[in-house]
Amino acid sequence: MNNSSGRLNSVIEVKEVYKSFRKGKDPGKTVEAVKGVNLQIMEGQFAALLGPNGAGKTTLVEMIEGIQKPDRGEICVTGKKWKGHEDELHKIIGLSLQETHFIDKLNVEETLKLFGSFYELHKNRANEVINLVDLEEKRKSFTVNLSGGQRQKLAIGIALLNTPKILLLDEPTTGLDPNARREIWSILLNLKEQFNTSLILTTHYMEEAEQLCDYIIIIHKGEILREGTTMQLLEEEHAGKRIEFALQNYKQDDNLFTGSKFNIQWDRSKEKYTASFKNLETELPDLFNFIKTKGLQIKNFESRRKTLDDLFISLTGRHLDEENNQN
Amino acid sequence: MKKIIRTRQFSALLNSHAKEILRQPAVLFWGILFPLLMTLGLGIAFTQSRDIIRKVAVIGNDSGQEAGSFKFLKFMREKTQKIKALDKKHNGYQLTVKDEKLGTSVYIFEETTWSEAAILLKRGEINLIIEDSSEDIKYHFDPVNPEGLITYLNISLIINSKRSAEDTQHEKIEPLTLQGTRYIDFFVPGLLSMGIMMSSVWGLGYNIIEKRSRKLLRRMIATPMKKSHFLISLMTIRTAMNFIEGGLLFIFAYLVFGIIIQGSVLALLFIFIAGNIAFAGVAVFTASRTANTEVGNGLINAVTTPMIVLSGIFFSYQNFPDWAVSFIRLLPLSLLADGVRAIFIEGAGLREIAVPFLVLLATGIVCFSIGLKIFKWH
Repeated sequence: MNNSSGRLNSVIEVKEVYKSFRKGKDPGKTVEAVKGVNLQIMEGQFAALLGPNGAGKTTLVEMIEGIQKPDRGEICVTGKKWKGHEDELHKIIGLSLQETHFIDKLNVEETLKLFGSFYELHKNRANEVINLVDLEEKRKSFTVNLSGGQRQKLAIGIALLNTPKILLLDEPTTGLDPNARREIWSILLNLKEQFNTSLILTTHYMEEAEQLCDYIIIIHKGEILREGTTMQLLEEEHAGKRIEFALQNYKQDDNLFTGSKFNIQWDRSKEKYTASFKNLETELPDLFNFIKTKGLQIKNFESRRKTLDDLFISLTGRHLDEENNQN
Repeated sequence: MKKIIRTRQFSALLNSHAKEILRQPAVLFWGILFPLLMTLGLGIAFTQSRDIIRKVAVIGNDSGQEAGSFKFLKFMREKTQKIKALDKKHNGYQLTVKDEKLGTSVYIFEETTWSEAAILLKRGEINLIIEDSSEDIKYHFDPVNPEGLITYLNISLIINSKRSAEDTQHEKIEPLTLQGTRYIDFFVPGLLSMGIMMSSVWGLGYNIIEKRSRKLLRRMIATPMKKSHFLISLMTIRTAMNFIEGGLLFIFAYLVFGIIIQGSVLALLFIFIAGNIAFAGVAVFTASRTANTEVGNGLINAVTTPMIVLSGIFFSYQNFPDWAVSFIRLLPLSLLADGVRAIFIEGAGLREIAVPFLVLLATGIVCFSIGLKIFKWH
């Protein structure tokens, strides 16, 4: 819905928010999880919050969700602060945690009805949601017997029970197989088409962010490094190309280009050198000359347009997928 | 306007908690079947009709007295032809007295020391201690314990019927205090009380910790669910389960062992509710912070195990040192077990249980309030 001036309404506003935690038992040592974050999510916008582990994503989401209170700054959801509006705001927010276990001996339908009762919803709403998240076959299954994907579908179903204005999904597909992941995406894409729900999604999958979200926020060490639509970010950063190459008969290492004018990194996972060039036509001959002067020869040279993943690497120094592989 | 009770929400919570319990066979086993089996086993062990064996500890008044040298036993050996020596493992004698109407009574006299006799007494293995000195035979027993009294009277009768002019030992009674008459009468009220504690602290406390560790609490509070509804519904369903468990146990004990409630049923209901509130409070307090089930396990054991041991569930805590007894009797489980036992055995009414009722209620309210104050929902 647009406001009177024709602009989209903001549903979440985060203003200069700080949050730190005590590190260990020493009261003197603290970790700043979120440092002066400003953020605005508009009505109907699907936003992805990308960042490595410990970047402050969950803390930020928990503050938006009202579970944590900021040390400083202000968070407004649909223009309201959490204090004094808890009941009201809980009614318009849907939430799915990365990993939630439900009451083992309640079945899918009973679980949905229980959560539905918290919102004072009609019992039929549970049936609607069962269809929405495609759990009809598992309606009478105890939650303990559900697979990871089915459990995550149920979690999303619970998040959708109240037809939320705002949906917060914390890594909804982590640990799921590709099929289950695509099924979850399909549910969320349908939601995007049918309702005017705003979404904040934290994820470790760049593909997921690109498929589902029209707004990307890259957060690292408690600070937002970049934000914008996928197109904006790519245009802003990619007035050039990404190159990848290996060298013939050379034991690759990080030091070859140290001290040169080239900002070239050794990517261990790909076993290739990688770099971003703004102007290939002028910069590439210089690179080739440099390599020639070292008596080396290039093999497997590739150049391509930059991706969000490249942007993420250039900002945080690591692949987003690395988080997943480590987990 | 905000409703104080959201009926649908509350009844849905009650419904889900009930299903959660009823669909776990292990919970039903430990909550219902296990106490019944325990009552059956112990009841059979202690109440079956057979030859009545009465063990008596015989001790000397000085430590230098050698085994077999007790004057009392010499007297019995000389004057009673039916007395036989026990096997080599045991120092003592066995006397069998047959009576057509009363059945056969077997008296086993074991030579022992005061400390061993005290342990046997604590274990309920003996009801009478005979202290043998050159001048006196002292009978140590609990005068309100019929077993002790009968054993004393019978032995005294045997001795006096065999006495001659030259037997100069005088008989003296030294009363002991030990609660409980029939063991099952003593045990069932204790078991009922222990059931309330275990069911509340484990069923409620562990349930909360587990839901926290699985992030279910965190998920639930991200909805408009009233936090108080969650805890009160858990407590309500647990009290209802305790009522069913306790009721079944009583019916079973009544039918099989003839256990009756001599006192006020209303008083029993009051102390039952107070006990539930007390232990629900203890459970909420115990489970208020941790999200680790292992830690929770330890915490709950740390709370319950000492009370099981100390609070006189299986045997009277009166045998603990005096300084300890004054502390033990204030433990929630002791208050509850003593109250329930007083109603069952001593015919107590509302007035007699007023103090434990109030203390239990206060314990529950204080623990619940502190627990809620420091409660960690995520």
